[in-house]
Amino acid sequence: MIELDWDWDFTWEVLPDLLNAAQITLLATLLGSLLAIGVGLALSLLRRSPSRWISWPVYWVVEFVRSTPLLVQIFFLYYVMPEFGVSLSPMTTGVLALGAHYGAYLSEVFRSGIDGVEKGQWEAARALNLSQFMTYRDIVLPQALRAMIPATGNYIIAMFKETPQLSAITLLEMLQTAKILGSENFRYLEPFTLVGLLYLAFSIIAALGVHQIERRFPKEGFSLR
Amino acid sequence: MELSELTPILLQGAWITLKILCLSLPVAGALAFIAGLTRLFAPTPLRQIARVYIEFFRGTSALIQLYWIYFVLPFFGLNLDAMTASVIALGLNIGAYGAEVVRGAVLAVPKGQYEAAVALNFTPWSRLWRIILPQSLINMIPPFGNLAIELMKATSLVSLITIGDLTYKAKTLADATLQVGEIFGLVLLIYFVMAQVMAYLFRLLEARLGRGMDRGGLRS
Repeated sequence: MIELDWDWDFTWEVLPDLLNAAQITLLATLLGSLLAIGVGLALSLLRRSPSRWISWPVYWVVEFVRSTPLLVQIFFLYYVMPEFGVSLSPMTTGVLALGAHYGAYLSEVFRSGIDGVEKGQWEAARALNLSQFMTYRDIVLPQALRAMIPATGNYIIAMFKETPQLSAITLLEMLQTAKILGSENFRYLEPFTLVGLLYLAFSIIAALGVHQIERRFPKEGFSLR
Repeated sequence: MELSELTPILLQGAWITLKILCLSLPVAGALAFIAGLTRLFAPTPLRQIARVYIEFFRGTSALIQLYWIYFVLPFFGLNLDAMTASVIALGLNIGAYGAEVVRGAVLAVPKGQYEAAVALNFTPWSRLWRIILPQSLINMIPPFGNLAIELMKATSLVSLITIGDLTYKAKTLADATLQVGEIFGLVLLIYFVMAQVMAYLFRLLEARLGRGMDRGGLRS
């Protein structure tokens, strides 16, 4: 018979520390997703470049980043960058690694979103003498946005769930904090379970948030058909 | 150390990575089918259990699940060695994602196929086994391929519970030799090659299973 001896006193003792660490987790996710959106947008536009000399390398860079583990990329940034004279803090490393990794994923989302905009929209904008930049900013991206939001939201939630990997380079996010609390007290049951439940709660809240944002966009995009 | 000395050590690690992958893939696949089909066809209480499993394992991180299984289960009197814990954790995690793939693919089979099977007096079991699953299988291959690559990448996490996989070997070698650039570069390359090979195999499988299938031809 399995006996569960959950220690409530210990729970209340570790909870504030874990909630503090949650701020670090959330900050890494927030900065990471901002960077990822920037990287993703830049890569998707480069990938659409008519020149093969640009689009082909970008394709393989994206493929490479997407098919290697985030953990190894984190190690790579953290241990290899100092070789080039750039020492990064765990937080900076984490944000850069998350931004680059999920930026590569998002670039595919953005690319397919942009590809999904009707060609006529592009032609009409060009016919109205809008510059290439303005066409993207005012015509194409707003229409692509609706198609991109659900997938982007999913990837940001996925990024949030991968932040525990930053504990491997000693960033004091939730998992690392739980690990320290656990080893100090020789009890892993409560800290690890709490971290799991906190992640579950945050993921559910984030999923509901993404759903709300989706609903604010009209179903048929912005076209007047 | 020369590159020719580093490579064999890293390939040893890659072998362990491959072993964990080959052990956890069938676990994940089986769980995907069990949970996915349970969520669709089983009586309500079982359906709820499958749903809780899927949501729980998709809503928390693989690394936390791994730590929980490795460090917390001993509190329930269940001591697992690192290897078993890894296979179980990775299998449970990817299985939860796979369950949604199975569910989606089964739901994508046109309703007329169910109705026709009912009209022909098929039993529920043979309806599923002979009509629905064969058709949905081909739709599952591409997302399963993606998940298999996700699983391959997730195996890197087991290095954190001291299994000597590729990532672990890289980390210890880098600590010992300080040749971080070459080692981590090489390791990223090995993972990349493994991912490309897997993607290729799944494309092959899709072409093989898709042969002779007139996809959607009758529906138009």
